[in-house]
Amino acid sequence: MFEKVVSIISECLEKSSNEIQGSDEFRNYEEWDSLAYLSVIAAIDEQFGFVIPLEDFRECRTVMDLANYLEHHIIG
Amino acid sequence: MAYLVFDKIGITAIAAAVPKRVIDNKNYTHFMTNNEVELLVKMTGIAERRFADEKTCSSDLCIAAAENLFTECSVDKNEIDVLIFVSQTPDYRTPPTAMMIQNRLGLSEDIAAFDINLGCSGFVYGLSVAYCYASQANIRKVLLLNGETKSKAYSSKDKATSLLFGDGATATIIEKTDKVNKTYFTLHSDGSGYDLIIIPGGGYRTPSSIDTLKEKQYEDGSIRTDEQGAMNGPAVFNFAITKVPADIKDIIQKANIEWDDIDYFIPHQANRFITDHIAKKFKLPPSKVLYSIHKFGNTSSVSIPLTIVSELGDLLENHKYKVLLSGFGVGLSWGTVIADLNYCKVASIKEY
Repeated sequence: MFEKVVSIISECLEKSSNEIQGSDEFRNYEEWDSLAYLSVIAAIDEQFGFVIPLEDFRECRTVMDLANYLEHHIIG
Repeated sequence: MAYLVFDKIGITAIAAAVPKRVIDNKNYTHFMTNNEVELLVKMTGIAERRFADEKTCSSDLCIAAAENLFTECSVDKNEIDVLIFVSQTPDYRTPPTAMMIQNRLGLSEDIAAFDINLGCSGFVYGLSVAYCYASQANIRKVLLLNGETKSKAYSSKDKATSLLFGDGATATIIEKTDKVNKTYFTLHSDGSGYDLIIIPGGGYRTPSSIDTLKEKQYEDGSIRTDEQGAMNGPAVFNFAITKVPADIKDIIQKANIEWDDIDYFIPHQANRFITDHIAKKFKLPPSKVLYSIHKFGNTSSVSIPLTIVSELGDLLENHKYKVLLSGFGVGLSWGTVIADLNYCKVASIKEY
């Protein structure tokens, strides 16, 4: 799951995956903006068929938080 | 649940009017940087919009569309028994606008006329009400008017909304006809999201005051008064990409129809990022999805019929189309319709 999340963030933010660490707070990336937000939510929906509720997404601060969250909420 | 099915009732004529004044989004505001504007234009797909001048109301645009409908589509206005005006930018807080339109169009005193206060779901909802009336034995034609001057309701200094909304109106005739088969509607509501798209001041909960007219600055730098529209973009996005696809899946199943049977998916023209995502979820080829958002922006309840007139135009008169229309937004409110547009008369877009 971690690799999948890194690849989603890398694609949506047009940021090299080498520059993405699990402990990074992704909202602090220079590339993070409103389009990045929509792209990440849309990409997760495309890949997993699941739209993260806004309040849950807010709780995810780091790349690892997001990976852990998805791990627990995606069935199968 | 609100699932409706009608047989042998359909849209037989449709017309649209838009203001003459074209707004080029790239030159609209100095409040945002060029990069911010370019990003928003790319994301929303909105290059241009139309803005009414300060004297023009939704009713004026609706009357222009309706008169064009009477002339170009040869609709006999004496056969109209019901007039429905769907808008969130009425002429007055009271009286309702529908009766003034009835009078100005020279329609009989014996018609039913009323307003419906709905936004982006308003064409689908208005259509469902029109179908209900049209199914009555004594009702001949229903005139459904959708009109908006949203440009007057939003701040040009609000990053979430200033490049989105446009003005326009449509006039649609609904009546009994043998040219169409069944029409299906699903309708939904969720008031827990009432504040996701809201004009908080100037109603009776928070009446107009010096305070509601003061410009206030928000976290993202946006400036607006409490009497201008505010939108929580991310939350509306989540709502749209969750509820709309589920509703579409549901109505297709209920109607026992395949995507292959549907010629066009015509979503409310909210924002291309949202509607492209929904279309992608159903793996629809781009040719199956109709857009006019690049020309007119988000015109709320007007956007679906305006897209039909703008993108199908004269083709409507000689063709049979099965369409899936999806409206979603303020309320929250959303609904889907699967309808036949068969040999439907259409008027050219009137510039007002």
